[in-house]
This record gives sequence, structure tokens and C-alpha cells, in this order.
Amino acid sequence: MSTLVDSLQAAAGLITDGESQLAGIVILSLRVSLSAVSLAALLGLPLGALLAVGRFPGRQTLIIVINGFMGLPPVVVGLLVYLLLSRAGPLGTFGLLFTPTAMIVAQTLLITPIIAALARQIIADAWAETHEQLRSLGAAPWRAALTLLWDTRFSLFTALLAGFGRAAAEVGAVMIVGGNIDGVTRVMTTTIALETSKGDLPLALALGLVLITLVLALNTAAHLMRQWAMRRYG
Amino acid sequence: MMIARQDVFPLELNEVCFASGGQRIIERVSLAIDGHVRTVILGANGAGKSVLMRLMHGLLAPNSGAIRWCGQPERAAAQAMVFQRPIMLRTTAIANVAYGLKLAGMGKSERLAHATEALDKVGLAHLATRPARVLSGGEQQRVALARAWALSPQILFLDEPTASLDPGATHEVERVIGEIAASGCKIVMTTHNLGQARRLADEIIFLHHGRVVEYTPASIFFAAPRSPEAASFMKGELP
Repeated sequence: MSTLVDSLQAAAGLITDGESQLAGIVILSLRVSLSAVSLAALLGLPLGALLAVGRFPGRQTLIIVINGFMGLPPVVVGLLVYLLLSRAGPLGTFGLLFTPTAMIVAQTLLITPIIAALARQIIADAWAETHEQLRSLGAAPWRAALTLLWDTRFSLFTALLAGFGRAAAEVGAVMIVGGNIDGVTRVMTTTIALETSKGDLPLALALGLVLITLVLALNTAAHLMRQWAMRRYG
Repeated sequence: MMIARQDVFPLELNEVCFASGGQRIIERVSLAIDGHVRTVILGANGAGKSVLMRLMHGLLAPNSGAIRWCGQPERAAAQAMVFQRPIMLRTTAIANVAYGLKLAGMGKSERLAHATEALDKVGLAHLATRPARVLSGGEQQRVALARAWALSPQILFLDEPTASLDPGATHEVERVIGEIAASGCKIVMTTHNLGQARRLADEIIFLHHGRVVEYTPASIFFAAPRSPEAASFMKGELP
């Protein structure tokens, strides 16, 4: 018990001191995960809309695969990206392994299915409600998809948030493709894993607190925004 | 306007059948609908009124039979439909009205002017910048009517447009429908409300179990329906 209290005190000290090592780790974490969410949104939202509105052979299979990939194990994604980016791999010439870029690629692959699957569900529900009206007004399917992407924007933001939560919290993928190099690819989760195994609990705990606070703050902001949007737009 | 009308009407259905999930919903319906009068499709719940209207509008394709506009199989472009539950996008009332015009390829300033005019005609100019989905049900339905009217359709389909509205809102919606008809637009409407049919119909299509049982002028239908099904529907005997 006293270990926990001591560690908490030390952690609080680290946070309030604004120690540069800690700040660097937090900033890199945010940079990697927010980049991954942005890229995954660019890929996943159109894919979700296409699966919700489009009718083409193989659509059902694709939906099942993407739903299944929501639960991809991060270490497996990390391993795949590692194999692709390693010196002998097909993309080895770019020298991206053990860089933040590799971490962004791995997290993007990890969360694109999450964002696509949630977006598909959200847009499919909206499509069921509106497709007759949109067709009656003469909207082609691609136009209807764009309209619904905009119309469901507040719900889709929740999907992006789920992606961000997953990216910020995972350790397996970034550990494998980033290598947890101090000052280069060390993020919150990999630091927590390393420091815990070394026995330096205060730093691990401080980062854990920051991580939880960040995720809570983001979710609070999103919740308030949704409430506002519901009152404003119905 | 008269010349354009002659390009579209009559709307002819020839032996149209429609089934879904193994259930026959519309059976061998043949009709020729003229463009000058207000047509009300009347019938009990499940008679096939909404499906018949969706076939006419082109939202559903018949399993067999043919639908022709003035002898042409192409879906006439100048048509619009208002549904039982108004579908509003998460934006302002005026942007909802302008959306249909945008899809029709109209430029921004022109569609804003058209949308403003249409909202004014349904008496909602003062709510133009309000988010559409927080308006009352009756107001939303009038926005839907404005959205349809703004497209200057030659024919407007209305599927139970007042079924979920209170009497006051119903009255307003009926007033707007009357004005749309007076502007030269053909009205085809479904209802199971006899009073509404009396108020709005020039002619009645009475549907029973997916078949057209009567197609007669409203005055004759309400004076003395010829079929036993229509007679018992009017006496309130059918569900």
C-alpha cells in the first residue's frame, strides 16, 4: 500500500514539475495516435459509407471481415508491419522501421477497421431511415453517401474517438515497430511497460495517470459536444 | 405549364404486379391517371396504398407489368414525394429545402431564392434558419412540402402526409396541399382518413388486398360506392 502511495506522490511530483522527459513522451504519443486516427478516418469513413450505401458482390464478406478486424491483436499488426518494413521486407528500402512513421502506419492499420465498421453501422442506420427520401429527390448513391457522412457527423466523431482510445492505449504494435527507443519512439504505453519491469513505478504511474486523464478529458469533451449537437440539431 | 403537363400524362399502369418476401402486395393493377385532378388512393391498412404509390414514383420496380408516362417508359423527372414521417437532414429548414434543388443542379444563389420562396408559401419563412429536426412534426411536414414544391414538380405524391399529425397541423398541411394543387401540380395522395379524402379528392382509387376495386369520381364514390368492400370500409367495418 505504501508503495502505491509513495509512487503516487512521486508521480504527482513528476507531473507538476512538468519534467521535459515526461512531456516529450506524452507529445510523441499524441502525435502518433492522432496522426493514425486522421489517416484511419480518411480511409475508414469512406469505406464505411461505401459498405453502408453501396450494393456490390462481396460486400457481405467485406463487412464480416472488417467487423472481425475490429478485434485485431496489436502485436499481430505490429508483426505484419515489422515484416513489411524490415530491411529484407518489401518496403525495407524506405528505412522506416523503428521510426514514429512506422508506429503511425501500424496504428492506422489497427484502427481503420474499427472506424470503418462503426461508421458503416451508423451510416447504414441513417440510410435505412432516409434512402427513400434521398432517392426521391434524385440523389445518386455516392451523393447519398456524402450527404449521410455529413448528416451523421456527431455520431461518427464517437467512432473516431473509439479509434483514438484504441490507438492511445495499445502497446504491442508500437513496441514491435517502434522499438521503444528512448527519445525517438518511446511513447506512454511502452514506457509504462518498460519502467514497470525495471521497477521505476513513479514514472510508470505518472504516465498512466496522464494517459487516463487524456482519454477521460477527450471523452468528456465528446460527450458534451454530442449533447450540444442533439439540442442544436436534433 | 399546360404543354409540359401533356408531356407527362396520362400516367398508365398496365397489369402491374408487385410481391415482396413471397407475399403478393399489388395484383394486376391497371390504371390511367389523368393530370388535371386530385387523386386519392383510399384503402385500409395493408391494402397496398403506399406500395402502389412507390411503384408509380419509381422507388419500387414492378415484378411484372408496365408503368408509362404519356406512353414513355422513362420515369418523368418532374415529380416529388412527401412521406408520412418527414425526413429532415441535420441542418436548417432552408438548407433542407435547398438540398433538393442542389441535387437538381441549381446554382447557389438561385436555390436560396427558390427555397426562401417555397418556405414562405408554406408559411414558415420565419423558421428558415432554425434546425429542421427540432421543429414540431407539423412544421417539419410543411418543410418537406416546401422541399417538394420548390422542385416545381408536375406531379406530387403524398403518402399519408398527416397520419402522425394533430388536427391543427393536419389542417395546415391540407391547406398547403390545396395550394400546391391550385398551382397546377397533379396530386396523388394516400390516406385512410375518409374525412380527408372527402376534403381533398376529385377522384378515388379504392384499393383492397392489392387490387383496385373502384376508380371513380369522388362525388360518386362518397354518394354510393359500387363495391361491397368500399361500402363496408366507409361504414368502418374493415380493419
